[in-house]
Amino acid sequence: MQPILDIQGLSKTYRGGLVALDHVDLQIRPGEIFALLGPNGAGKTTLIGAVCGLVRPTSGTIRAFGKDLKHDWREARRRIGLVPQEIATDIFEPVLRSVRFSRGLFGLPPDDAKLEELLRALSLWDKRDAQIRTLSGGMKRRVLIANALAHEPDLLFLDEPTAGVDVELRRDMWKQIEALRERGTTVILTTHYIEEAESMADRVGIIRDGRILMVDEKAAMMERLGRTEARITLARPMDRVPDAISRFPVTLAEGGAELCYRGGGDGDAAHGGGKAAVAELTKALIAAGIDYSAIDIRESSLEDIFVDLVEEGVA
Amino acid sequence: MIRFNARGAWAIFVRELMRAFRTALQSIIAPVLTTSLYFVVFGSAIGTQMNAVGGVNYGAFIVPGLLLLTLLSESTTNASFGIYMPRFTGAIYELLSAPVGVAETLIGFVGAAAVKSLILAAIILVTATLFVDYTIAHPVFALLYVILVSASFSLFGFILGTWADSFEKLSVVPMLILMPLTFLGGTFYSIDMLPEPWRSVALANPIVYLVNGLRWTFYGSADVSIWLSLGLTLAFLAICITVIAVIFRTGWRLRS
Repeated sequence: MQPILDIQGLSKTYRGGLVALDHVDLQIRPGEIFALLGPNGAGKTTLIGAVCGLVRPTSGTIRAFGKDLKHDWREARRRIGLVPQEIATDIFEPVLRSVRFSRGLFGLPPDDAKLEELLRALSLWDKRDAQIRTLSGGMKRRVLIANALAHEPDLLFLDEPTAGVDVELRRDMWKQIEALRERGTTVILTTHYIEEAESMADRVGIIRDGRILMVDEKAAMMERLGRTEARITLARPMDRVPDAISRFPVTLAEGGAELCYRGGGDGDAAHGGGKAAVAELTKALIAAGIDYSAIDIRESSLEDIFVDLVEEGVA
Repeated sequence: MIRFNARGAWAIFVRELMRAFRTALQSIIAPVLTTSLYFVVFGSAIGTQMNAVGGVNYGAFIVPGLLLLTLLSESTTNASFGIYMPRFTGAIYELLSAPVGVAETLIGFVGAAAVKSLILAAIILVTATLFVDYTIAHPVFALLYVILVSASFSLFGFILGTWADSFEKLSVVPMLILMPLTFLGGTFYSIDMLPEPWRSVALANPIVYLVNGLRWTFYGSADVSIWLSLGLTLAFLAICITVIAVIFRTGWRLRS
């Protein structure tokens, strides 16, 4: 399948020498939701800016919809939408006029019926004549989304779409992004909220210091890099790990009162992952006559994986 | 393949024009009032005590200069604010990410700024009839010249708004350069009235040629040749277009 966006060897060095992007290769599939995770200053916004025409790349190529952005930028940009991180718009404009402007700017004929549908979907129709400055922060963010969708883009960039919004609005935004996926729009979002990527993204990319550390299916990434942690409360404390269970990655904790298992990921995937290994461990404990009173088992989240990867990068 | 986004240019043009009407008090009423005060003071009051200049009544003599003063200042200010504000608020992202190039941007921003100036010029000329008697010897030429000057200084304003990184810088050029040069550029007097070496010094002021060019279209005579005025204005227009083309090609101050 031809990628909707194909980035090859993209680099950006700002004046002053800061390397924001360092030979980035990235392919985005049509119709997917792709989450780009990374700490502050990782290069997420620069990457989006390079695709959307806000940043001039130092080297590399960007192809969108099969067209080279350097030469066929008009064609490509017409089909790309951007919701920026900051609330940046003419705040003295009324909402409806703002989305009309955005639609016209991208070369589409006026279509108030379509804009009404869009504003209703974003719960902005009642505010269509209100100046943007009079709206709440969350509503302003919705206006930015409406502006970005006014020209019906096939590829939408959301740069930290839920930064600084309350939980309710964040969930509301997730629903809207899900609705976009159902309409066939490809969505690329950057986020600090791992929960956001975990709940919505099909694939996840992790970027740090301008380099893509990893790109994978979310599920595959969690299976491959995820870890299982089990804490087994022993009936009688022990002073060392018995030989019968020494083949498992276990350590003693709480002064020997707890047995701590940390495993899973690549090594155990072929054998059913960390949970299966914990089941084997408990069988081995029973066989060795070691009694226990409780088991607390926890799977690592995407956030743990992200933190591990970024920290490994630092090391 | 799309070569020109006419709807995009129109969208920018309409938004910029609407912005002027949204701030009508500042964009339209204030300059008309200021210019009217000049007509009252220098035209009706002091002008009646002054000798005719080159056979033209003093009140009428200053009309082209005052008109030009407003055109230069409003064209520059409108266009510079037009591009500076989205840069300042960050809303420029929408323009930069849209399928619009240098032609659409200029038609939108500069076209709107020039049209605003022309509307103002028309209001000022009508208002002037309340205070002074004047005639326009070459009305078609006058209209074309006013359009040319408005477009040139709107382009200049666009460059200024792209260059400026603070509101102070935005107002420095109109207030500290254009305004003094216009006052000293023969708005209120003929440079032939100046003794040497000041007359020669005055000829180094580019605004002299603009004022006299417009004055020629009103009264058929001026201190310098109309062709020289026209040539210099066209050269200024060409320089501004070239600078803006370079700005877009390099992304200077627009793209990081």
